[in-house]
Amino acid sequence: MNAAPMLELRDITRRFEKKLDFAGRIAQRLGAPVREEVVHAVDRVNLTVRKGEVVGLVGESGCGKSTLGRMVAGILPPTEGTILRDGRDIKALTGAEARQMKLRTQMIFQDPYASLNPRMRVQDIVGEAPRVHGLLDGAAFDDYVDEQMRRAGLDPTFKRRYPHQFSGGQRQRIGIARALAVKPDFIVCDEAVAALDVSIQAQILNLFMRLRRELDLTYLFISHDLGVVEHLSDRVVIMYLGRVVEEADTETVFRRPNHPYTRSLLDSVPRIENRKRAFSVVKGEIPSPINPPAGCHFHPRCPLATERCRVEVPKLREVAPGQRSACHLNDQ
Amino acid sequence: MNMTAPTLEVRDLKTHFFTRAGVVKAVDGVSFSVGRGKVMGLVGESGSGKSVTGFSIIGLVDPPGRIAGGSILFQGRDLAKLSEEEMRDLRGNRIAMIFQDPMMTLNPVLRIDTQMIETVLAHKKVSKEEARQRARDTLGMVGIPSPDERLKAYPHQFSGGMRQRVAIAIALLHEPQLIIADEPTTALDVTIQGQILAEVQKLCATTGTSMIWITHDLSVVAGLADDIAVMYAGRIVEKGVVGEVLDRPLHPYTHGLIGSVPSRNKRGEALRQIPGMTPSLLNLPPGCAFRSRCPRASEACLTEPLLAEILPGREARCVHPHLEAPEAA
Repeated sequence: MNAAPMLELRDITRRFEKKLDFAGRIAQRLGAPVREEVVHAVDRVNLTVRKGEVVGLVGESGCGKSTLGRMVAGILPPTEGTILRDGRDIKALTGAEARQMKLRTQMIFQDPYASLNPRMRVQDIVGEAPRVHGLLDGAAFDDYVDEQMRRAGLDPTFKRRYPHQFSGGQRQRIGIARALAVKPDFIVCDEAVAALDVSIQAQILNLFMRLRRELDLTYLFISHDLGVVEHLSDRVVIMYLGRVVEEADTETVFRRPNHPYTRSLLDSVPRIENRKRAFSVVKGEIPSPINPPAGCHFHPRCPLATERCRVEVPKLREVAPGQRSACHLNDQ
Repeated sequence: MNMTAPTLEVRDLKTHFFTRAGVVKAVDGVSFSVGRGKVMGLVGESGSGKSVTGFSIIGLVDPPGRIAGGSILFQGRDLAKLSEEEMRDLRGNRIAMIFQDPMMTLNPVLRIDTQMIETVLAHKKVSKEEARQRARDTLGMVGIPSPDERLKAYPHQFSGGMRQRVAIAIALLHEPQLIIADEPTTALDVTIQGQILAEVQKLCATTGTSMIWITHDLSVVAGLADDIAVMYAGRIVEKGVVGEVLDRPLHPYTHGLIGSVPSRNKRGEALRQIPGMTPSLLNLPPGCAFRSRCPRASEACLTEPLLAEILPGREARCVHPHLEAPEAA
């Protein structure tokens, strides 16, 4: 558990701004109530992932979990804050070193239909990146691709086929083979099993667990499905509207959740063990991240909200060993 | 079984698609019934024919597909034999459907009130004002705050969950006896899904509306439905009362499906998985369609098993059902 941190996010913020166009600026000059819209997709998030860990990142639509995943994978730069990989600031790295570092984090996407180029053969989808990055020479190409495909549970005789000739589950395996082909040690899975049928989902989850053992991988597993996250993760991070509201090991989050949002989220999940019972209800909608409520973002939906929650942003702090939560009620 | 006649009784329904590549038997001999005020969970994976079953009942199967056999008895009338005219009279009136994606069901360029009033007037001779009143009341019933103002809004001004509530409200306008819901909460967030499920439970209990809830999610069915039918490759492989089927599945497919649910497994251990994938409906092998993925398959499975009562009140389509005592959870 106390391995060195592989990834450290310090006060990571990502804002998306919609700048006013020319007409908008004129309208503003003339006194029209138009202004630039800013979405705080991720708002000062701190997160540490240790070597060999599986960290589950949970939240509903618009909570910023995918944006966070993209920043970790290096697809999207953060607006503010630092990302440390093996203790080194990735912004300070240059040239070949930066490229190497980037390769070591790979991402697996939700939609196995949209994330594969339909006009490329599987052998090129899997083999292109390692070839470009000089990980293998021409002669070894075929054997290398075969090995990658076999490891992901695909028959290498299909390597000259195109993505549309595969089913959803197989396509997800192609995505996995592609990600692993550049020998990463950290994988970001963004809703990687959300689009699959239950029986196929189980196959892919088992594959993730096997690969973790075989290749000593570390995962950031992003999902809205609490059942999947509970099964797979060592530690769980819950986000709501761009902020982390609770963080603890899996056991604690599911047994003794602290934050009211975590509790209502757990109550809302339909479980196969529950028969014919009244579904409990969290009131209200998820607010828009363009105009989030002041204070604690969850206060309009929280059954326990007080005056303080409406004004003051709660800090994420330790409430029990290894459990951190951002709720004012812990002060009482 | 029931003293009163069921709201809907489907007998040996066959819906086939006559494509250039061959006949696709999307639904092949499906029988079930739904009692008054009951929720029937129709469960299956992609391509199992669960949605086509729903479309067949409400008469929305497009060519090259058509109902090739069987009967759909709704209040004593056979829907499979009705003319398009008669069917239109029932659809949206006595039988309604809720679809997965509410953005596709609502017209994006018409206000909610226009769409709802139109639906009311399609089946009832009332004044426009009465129709608006009815629309307003129904929106309130499904938990939309300030329905008067929301009536004037366009679909894009609603969130996903609210849009699905509007779709449910439209389905409820004529107090139908049967609602067919095709994965209506699959695209929604968990907390919003919880709200919708609670709303639906309340409605079925108070209005006596029967419901067919089509889904791939066993956990939703566990909490919502009374009865369950599990479909595989166009056929029902197992049906019965929800609790019994989920606690003690007879068919190896149901068994495997329940085993694949992560919360049913010990954390960190490999999930019990069903090997392989669903077969193409275009050329199903003879015998049991699940044979190639089944751990219990034998020579006997080469002949198609029939849906038979294996335990009292429990039907399954299998020669090697799980009759052993259920495993300790």
